[in-house]
Amino acid sequence: MPGTYVPSDYFPVLVIILIAASVGLGALLVGPLVRPRRRYKQKLSAYESGNPPVGEARQKFSVKYYIVAMLFVVFDVEAVFLYPWAVAYDKLGIFGFIEMMLFIFILLVGYIYVWKKGAFEWE
Amino acid sequence: MDTGFSISLLDIRPIVPEITMVCAGLILLLLDLVVRKKEVVAFVGIVGAIVALYGTFKLYGLSEPQIAFSNMFILDGYANFFKLIFYLNVIMTIGISVKYMKVEKASYGEYYALLLFSTTGMMIMASAGDLIVLYLGLELMALSTYILAGLLRGQTRSNEAALKYFFLGAFSSAFLLYGIALTYGITGTTNISDIAVSLLTLDIVGNPVTMLGIIFIIVAFGFKIALIPFHMWAPDVYEGAPTSVTAFMSVGPKAAGFAVLGRVLFDAFGVMQVQWVSILIPLAVLTMAGGSIIALAQTNIKRMLAYSSIAHAGYMLLGIIAGTSIGLTSTVNYLMIYLFMNMGAFAIVIMMRREGFQGENIEDYMGLAKDHPLASALMLVFMFSLAGIPPTAGFIGKFYVFMAAIHEGYTYLAIIAVVFSAVSAFFYLRIVVYMYMKDPKESVTLTTSPSLSIVLAVTAMMVLILGIFPSILLNLVRYSILG
Repeated sequence: MPGTYVPSDYFPVLVIILIAASVGLGALLVGPLVRPRRRYKQKLSAYESGNPPVGEARQKFSVKYYIVAMLFVVFDVEAVFLYPWAVAYDKLGIFGFIEMMLFIFILLVGYIYVWKKGAFEWE
Repeated sequence: MDTGFSISLLDIRPIVPEITMVCAGLILLLLDLVVRKKEVVAFVGIVGAIVALYGTFKLYGLSEPQIAFSNMFILDGYANFFKLIFYLNVIMTIGISVKYMKVEKASYGEYYALLLFSTTGMMIMASAGDLIVLYLGLELMALSTYILAGLLRGQTRSNEAALKYFFLGAFSSAFLLYGIALTYGITGTTNISDIAVSLLTLDIVGNPVTMLGIIFIIVAFGFKIALIPFHMWAPDVYEGAPTSVTAFMSVGPKAAGFAVLGRVLFDAFGVMQVQWVSILIPLAVLTMAGGSIIALAQTNIKRMLAYSSIAHAGYMLLGIIAGTSIGLTSTVNYLMIYLFMNMGAFAIVIMMRREGFQGENIEDYMGLAKDHPLASALMLVFMFSLAGIPPTAGFIGKFYVFMAAIHEGYTYLAIIAVVFSAVSAFFYLRIVVYMYMKDPKESVTLTTSPSLSIVLAVTAMMVLILGIFPSILLNLVRYSILG
C-alpha cells in the first residue's frame, strides 16, 4: 500500500549514517581538548609539499587541462560500463557482445574525432 | 524476480529511424574531419534525415501500434506524425543554415551532427512509453540544443544564450525528475500505461502526492514549450542563438514538449483530466496574454518572434485543455502549420543578415518592398499567417484549436484567445507596414542561397495551400491520431 510503507530494510543504513556522523563530529569536538596547541608562521601557511607557497592558489590555468579532464571522464565511463558487462558476459551471450561492440564503436568514433581535432596535442 | 534478458531483435525494428539518425550524426562527425567544404556535410545530413524519414514512413505502413523494449517505446500514429514534424524541421533548418553559418563565420561540421542528435532526442520523446525513456530523450534533445545555442563562440550574447538555456534547462530537468519520482513513489511505476492503471486500482486520483507529481511534470514541460511564467529564458536565448538555431528550437523542442505533454496527460493521467485542466487554463491565459502584449514592445525581430512563439504555445494549449482527441488533433495540426510559417519567417530574417550587418532590428525592414518585392511578399504571407488572417494556414490552425475549445465548453478561453490574437496582429502587421509603407533608410542586399530559396518556396506554398485546402493536413493528422 502506498503511504503505509516503512522502509525497514534501510534501518542498518540509518544506523551507519548516525555512527559515521558521530565519529566525525566526535573527532572534531574531542580533538581540541586533548591536543597541544603551538602555532607558528610556517605551520599556519598553506601546505605546498614542503616548498614555500608562491602567489594565489586561484589562478587561471590552461584550457588543455579541462579538455583532458573531460575526455578522461568520457572514456572512464566507458570503462565503467565494461565491468558489469564482463561480469555478466555468459548470461548476456552474443546479443550483449554485439551491443557492447556497438557501444565501443560509438566511442571509437568519438576517439577518432577528438584525435583528428587535435585535442591530444599538448603544444 | 525475472531478470531474463528479454530484448530481442524484434525490438530493434521500431527504433530503426532513431538508429539511422544517430548513425548519420556519427558519419557527419567523421565526415567533418576529412571534408573541407561544409556544404557536403550539410547535404549528407539532409540525406540521413531523409533516409530516417523513409524508415518512419515504412513503419507508418504498419497500422498496428508497435510496442518495443517491454512497453518503454511506443510507435504509433501519434509518435510518427510528430516525427514527421521533426524531420521537416531539421531538413529545413539545414537548408536555411548553410549560407548563414558561413556569413557568421561559424561553419562547423559539428553543427549538423548536433542538429541530428537533437532531433533524435525529440523522436525518442515522441515515442516514449516510459517516463525514464522520456527523460532520456529530453536530455539528448536539450544537451544538443544548449551547444547549438552557443555556437557563435565569439559573440557574448550567444554564450549568454547557451549558458542561460543550460541553467534553466537543467532546472526544468530537475523539476521533471522530481515529478517522475513523486509519480513513481505513489503509483509504483514509471510506465505511462501502467500509471493510468495504478491511478484507478490504488484509488489515488485525489491524492495530493499524485497532484504534486502532475504539477512538477507540467512545470518541466512548461519550461520546454515556454509557457508563461516559465518563459524567462526564451527571449534571451532566441535572440542570442544563431538565427538558424532559433528557427530550429522554436519549432522542434516545442513540438517535442507538446508531444510528451499530450502523451503523459492523456495516456497516463487521463482520469485526472479535471485536475490538470484546472492547472493548464491559467497557464494558457497568461501565456496568450503575456506573449502577445510583451511582443508589442520589442524592437528586435528575433525577440519579437520569441514572444510570438510564446503566444502561439498558449493557443496550442487550448487543444490540450479541450481534453478530447479532437482537441489533440487540432493542436498537432497547429504545430505542423506553425512549423511552416515560423520557418519561413526565420528564413527571411536570415536573408537580412549579411557580413557587417545584423538586420535584426524591425526598422531594418523599412521599405524592403521597394528593393526586394518578392522577399517582402513572402514575409507578408508569413506575417499574415502568424497573425491568423485567412486565407493563410495560420488561420486554419487557430480556427480548429478554438473550435475544439468551444466544443468542450471553454467559450471564454476561445474569446480570450481571439482578443489576444487581435492584439498580436498589431506587431505582425507592423512589419508589413514597415516593409510597404515606409521609405528605406539605406538599400539592403539580401543574402540568398539555393537551399534557402527552396525552403522559402516550400514554406510559402505550404502556408497558402494548407490555408486554402486545410483538409489535406487535417485528414492526415486525424488518420495518424485517431486511426
